[in-house]
Amino acid sequence: MVFEDVIFWFLAVGSVAAALGVVLIKDLFRAALLLVVVFLAVAGFFVMLNAEFLAVVQVLIYAGAIAILIIFAIMLTREVHQGNLPNRLQPAAAIFPALLLVALVFVALDTEWNLLSDQPQELQDRVAIVHTNTVAGIPDAMRAPGSPDYVRGSDRSGLGELLINDFVLPFEVVSVLLLASIIGALVLVRER
Amino acid sequence: MELERFLILSGVLFCIGLYGALSRNNVIVVLMSIELMFNAVNITLVAFARYVVPTGVDEQLGRMLTGQVFAIFIVTVAAAEIALGLAIVIAFYRNRETVDLSEANLMSR
Repeated sequence: MVFEDVIFWFLAVGSVAAALGVVLIKDLFRAALLLVVVFLAVAGFFVMLNAEFLAVVQVLIYAGAIAILIIFAIMLTREVHQGNLPNRLQPAAAIFPALLLVALVFVALDTEWNLLSDQPQELQDRVAIVHTNTVAGIPDAMRAPGSPDYVRGSDRSGLGELLINDFVLPFEVVSVLLLASIIGALVLVRER
Repeated sequence: MELERFLILSGVLFCIGLYGALSRNNVIVVLMSIELMFNAVNITLVAFARYVVPTGVDEQLGRMLTGQVFAIFIVTVAAAEIALGLAIVIAFYRNRETVDLSEANLMSR
């Protein structure tokens, strides 16, 4: 537990400092590089939360593709010298997020969450199998009713099976959305 | 405190991103701040998927991973959003020779 705490606070301080840098640093290019630091720290949080697949996706898509796109846009628009200036809304723009943060912290601490650690041990054990098999799903041997280590409620337990069973409609819609955004981006930047 | 510390951390990241999106004039900084907010929300969803039990999980264990599925969709939508957003930035720069948001004022004339 102590080791986990050290990792958490290391990542937390790093990500918050880098996020402040993204917003406050004047040099756009450095801000984009600090954004990559935030993305990698978030990938670390995902590993801590048993979401290994999402951690890989985070590194590939955010730290890889999106960061490169942003750096490309910074280079193409040649505004690096002008930098990152605040607008005249700045005082109001500081107060509103501060109030929101106070509200969020209050809600997070005050709500009675239906925590996993308050559940019966038997359910915790079954859920632990799901959490350690997010990508592959529960092994076939543990799904067969009648087998000695059969896990109740085990059909559709991996991320992929959930995606193509319960969430198949959003899954298909998202693919159309990606296609539309590719075509839209091409049309927008095309030379006329 | 296991869950709460992740919620507070993501709240801090979200508010930093919100501050950046509201207070900066540069379109690219605004887009980067929006990415920060997406990431904060993703941390929240994955933390809930890890520590909180949804109803009906007894019959279908896979429901524990619903938060992660939502996070996957958010990552996909964020990728589409940043591609389109940067295309708009480049089109805007081509027309106005700037990426300053206060110059995007054709409607006010």
